[in-house]
Amino acid sequence: MSVLILAEAIQGVVGKPSLEAISYGKDIANTLNTQAHVVVAGSIADTEFARIANAGADKIHHVKDTRFDVFSSKAFAMLLAEVQPKIEAQVIVMSATFNGKALAPRVAAKLKAGLVTGAMELPVINGAFTVKKSVYSSKGFAITAINSPIKVISLAINSHLIHSTGNQPTVENLSVNVPDNAWIAKIENVERQTGKVSLTEAEVVVSAGRGLKGPENWGMVEDLANILGAATACSKPVSDIGWRPHSEHVGQTGLTVNPNLYFALGISGAIQHLAGVSNSKVIVVVNKDPEAPFFKAADYGIVGDVFEVLPKFVEAAKKLKESH
Amino acid sequence: MNILLCVSKTPDTTAKIVFADDKKNIKTDGVTFILNPYDDHALARAMDIKEKTGATLTIAHVGDASSEQVLRKCLAIGADKVIRVEANPTDAYQVAGYLAQVAQAGSYDLIITGRESIDYNGNQVCEFLGEMLDLPTVSYVTFLDVEGSTIKMKRFIDGGEETLEIEGKAVISATKELAEMRIPNMRGIMAARTKPIEVFNPQPVEALTELVSLEAPAAKSGCTMFTVDEAEKLIETLRTKEKVL
Repeated sequence: MSVLILAEAIQGVVGKPSLEAISYGKDIANTLNTQAHVVVAGSIADTEFARIANAGADKIHHVKDTRFDVFSSKAFAMLLAEVQPKIEAQVIVMSATFNGKALAPRVAAKLKAGLVTGAMELPVINGAFTVKKSVYSSKGFAITAINSPIKVISLAINSHLIHSTGNQPTVENLSVNVPDNAWIAKIENVERQTGKVSLTEAEVVVSAGRGLKGPENWGMVEDLANILGAATACSKPVSDIGWRPHSEHVGQTGLTVNPNLYFALGISGAIQHLAGVSNSKVIVVVNKDPEAPFFKAADYGIVGDVFEVLPKFVEAAKKLKESH
Repeated sequence: MNILLCVSKTPDTTAKIVFADDKKNIKTDGVTFILNPYDDHALARAMDIKEKTGATLTIAHVGDASSEQVLRKCLAIGADKVIRVEANPTDAYQVAGYLAQVAQAGSYDLIITGRESIDYNGNQVCEFLGEMLDLPTVSYVTFLDVEGSTIKMKRFIDGGEETLEIEGKAVISATKELAEMRIPNMRGIMAARTKPIEVFNPQPVEALTELVSLEAPAAKSGCTMFTVDEAEKLIETLRTKEKVL
């Protein structure tokens, strides 16, 4: 028996979401009194093995096959399905990144394994095996029992602390029989923002709405985000008018985020917006309307003009960063 | 070209979700049900492709007759027919298993699902279907076009987008970026009345998971208010008390 965790190597680097999944998988392995095996496929920088081990991997299986530098849910599902019986994995874990969200159901169906996507907490294992996830676009949680012998879980980003176990890497090379035709799609182009904090991974998000009055006023929002190492986000009306790109839209039909801290500046807090952000640990709302519904979902609030408050936040954040 | 679009019915995006006493359902009093928004965006794009290529567009749905209104909307917007699978599934694996039977009973070049339903937020059916039908899958498609037998797409990746194409059949999941939703017009609504909703009785499919309970989020303990002049103090509180900065 073991726990199998997929680490995604993006351009040779294992990201924070995968490290969270490794630590999560290691915790499950501890509960089950077994080992955490991490599979990583494709090109990977040598330094990454130490990070994978430190996050909790007892054993690392490296598939040195550069075909896996290109994502195909079919190919990765075949890979995991081939590894699973070799290490008798009972639980398969991956992060709910876009690739992870695509892969988890594909491999689950292949293995006829029950699946919970976007898990928020460790499973409860007491005869039954139950997993908690967010449902109704963050308006509630579901506790779901997985009844099949093999279980697949994708872990919501920002939902588990990364451990520093001090494990030393034990790396084994692994070859798999995944045929070339598992990569049917022809990749024409990959565009990836670099140097910007990814919105889904960010621990702090600075989000603004129509209260900012126009796209030219986003400089202040970006200033605050830059100082805090935060990602910027926006409400749906703002992306619909074209003030900000769709990739920044958080809410029911946009991205769902669950950072440690979410600033909502000049956003009234329509139910569809709250749906995307209400799992944030601390919510700070600034709005000139004291009746704005967002205050009901907030931990801290200021009733006031965002153009007055935001510069004060920027100054305070600067001071804070200088003194620490 | 034959397109199969798989749709579900969800509570309206503005619905206040209250869980029923059995903790397994929501209270439906006063809740309006709509076509799942991602499916609605997918429908709009599927219509664009239908109008451009002359493709036929079939809608598949798993659920009882109470879904008829939502399914008629798909027909009013321009879908050719609906196949409703008579079943009450308890997990997404079952839903996909039933939809796979619909797909196998026809001949479809492109199968589309919404990226997720806004109720269970599972993000599962597209990839389940791909595996069950042994077809390539592309999830989180943000752009879709068809040229001959080539399906051209963009999809979300973390921190960006990937542009890709598939020659031949595929199963894909749609994001809202695919197209603006369409609103049915009177002519469409009239035409929808005579379009067929076929009922499909599937072979049983087992469920692999079981909903144990639904829980409401813990209520916030209340919002601590600061004045505009206390903005700096608020930032300090976030560091010293909440330890999130």
